[in-house]
Amino acid sequence: MIFNLIYRSLRQHLLATLVTAGSIALASGLLLTVWVVKTQSQAVFAATNSGFDAVLGARGSKLQLVLNAIFHLEASPGNLTAADFEMIRHQREVKIAIPLAVGDNYQGWRIAGTIESLFTDVEYMPGHRYQVGRGERFFQIGKLEAVVGSYAAKKLGWQVGTTFHPSHGLIFNPQAEHHEETYTVVGVLAPTNTPVDRVIWIPLEGVQTMKGHNPLAATELSAVLVQLRAPEAGMMLNLRLNSPGGRLTFAYPIGTIVAELFNKIAWFDQVLTLVAWLVAVVASGSVLVSIYNSMSARARDIAILRALGARRRTVFGAVIGEAAVIGLLGASAGFAVFAGLAGSVAALIQAQTGVVLEPLQWNPVFCWGPAVFVGLCILGGCVPAFKAYRVPVAETIAPVS
Amino acid sequence: MPLLEVKNLIKTYAAPGGNGDGAGAIHRVVEVASFTLEAGEQRALRGESGSGKTTFLHLLAGILAPDSGSILLAGREITQLSEAGRDRQRAESIGYIFQTFNLLQGHTALENVELGMAFGRGVDRAQAGALLQRVGLGDKLGHYPRQLSTGQQQRVAVARALANRPKLVLADEPTGNLDRRNAREALQLIREVCRESGAALLLVSHDERVLAQFEQMQDFMTINRALVTTVA
Repeated sequence: MIFNLIYRSLRQHLLATLVTAGSIALASGLLLTVWVVKTQSQAVFAATNSGFDAVLGARGSKLQLVLNAIFHLEASPGNLTAADFEMIRHQREVKIAIPLAVGDNYQGWRIAGTIESLFTDVEYMPGHRYQVGRGERFFQIGKLEAVVGSYAAKKLGWQVGTTFHPSHGLIFNPQAEHHEETYTVVGVLAPTNTPVDRVIWIPLEGVQTMKGHNPLAATELSAVLVQLRAPEAGMMLNLRLNSPGGRLTFAYPIGTIVAELFNKIAWFDQVLTLVAWLVAVVASGSVLVSIYNSMSARARDIAILRALGARRRTVFGAVIGEAAVIGLLGASAGFAVFAGLAGSVAALIQAQTGVVLEPLQWNPVFCWGPAVFVGLCILGGCVPAFKAYRVPVAETIAPVS
Repeated sequence: MPLLEVKNLIKTYAAPGGNGDGAGAIHRVVEVASFTLEAGEQRALRGESGSGKTTFLHLLAGILAPDSGSILLAGREITQLSEAGRDRQRAESIGYIFQTFNLLQGHTALENVELGMAFGRGVDRAQAGALLQRVGLGDKLGHYPRQLSTGQQQRVAVARALANRPKLVLADEPTGNLDRRNAREALQLIREVCRESGAALLLVSHDERVLAQFEQMQDFMTINRALVTTVA
């Protein structure tokens, strides 16, 4: 019977039910989005290393070095010499060393110079090598050829045969003149869901010797991506290369350094989470207000039910149940809000970093989030339920004659 | 043994305000030394507004608890029951017809009648439909109270009062909101369905036309000795 009462009441107060459930849905969607994006981005960013264990660069911030060389964000902290590359390449702990040179862009899309070995010898994820489409190939050293990351190619509308002129600098300036060299796309990388997807790759010497660049820096590198024979081997290199007074930085291990980034912006996470919780509390308050405001109109109905034999606990339970159902409806609709909101945020993150989040992947918040919302709504329903519990039947139901 | 037996029933109310010394004034509203009603009997009580007859019915229904006294309904002492016990007793044994019908506006006619069963023996949709059929509303099962005339609303209220197969039906000015024709029909209907179901009927009214239709009629003032007095 109590379910019937709840259903009738929700139906009778349909507009208030929908508005309140809508506010719960927005709050729930916001909380789920903040939580999922926070936890998943931390995990995905920390795990993004494009198959490398460490990055060697000029003395400076390790985080800046990793952001520049792995995530293709930020500027390089400085340049390395060819000798530095040879030094790291011949360390017995090092399995593969890939040089990287940056400094040009095409309409804001970063152009990175490297060697073909990046595509042929490195697994960007265990068991996954870079691939290009049928009939396509990686660039050849010494030629004005380019291989384009899938996301950049899609956004630029590029395909094999497309030609372009690089522009100087990492940031696009429409007023700046572009380089004379004309590069031709010879391959589009299959999606890797890593920052590599946002990069236009050309042969290393292309960046180093492009007309307009400093000829004295023709052999310099921005960074060296390092794959170790064993991940723990990086400890010794870390001690040697990062010694005080040195001119090199060995960023190792990459995951830990990225985690530092999240530690630095933890306050932002906390603010977002706090806002989400505040919205949740306000939304549950709206349940209280919505039901409480209608209690005066409902008092007579409650008194009638009591006169028909309904117990106090029955009407108390009906109001609590109504609050719970509103919470449940809102939390369920919150998944739709979450899907839309998180999808947009994930697309934004992919556009800015190349890192792909999968917001719909299972996360424990999908269980405890809605449960908390239903709990808060029940809590909000307690006040009007108590009012319903205390409705004086005789005074409410009929004028005393 | 009578169906209903009332002895030394007293109900007082604390009046709002006070007498100035901090103690509240207390008004005695009901003081019934003895009252009985036999099973299946139909009796009317005449009482003017403010005479305490609604309070008397509320006491009989267990909606209110008396200060003292005894109410035996079908051998069961209502005054000894907890509030939840009185609720259950009301749900199982008593039908109540109000002057203002007191139908739930968000429920259809059928659902309103089902509510009369819900807290007692349980909902029997077929019986609820049959009851509405009996009161002439077989074609209005899905109508909401706002879609029914006042006379039809009172018919729904009558069907609801009979829905839990009560032993006793209490009717408080059941025709007070109806015009003369509807009042006559409603009263006739109430008496008929009570007779058919074997339920006793206790009706209170101040309307002489209604009272005149009962073979058994009492003046409430003759059984309620309470004078509205300040006792403290």
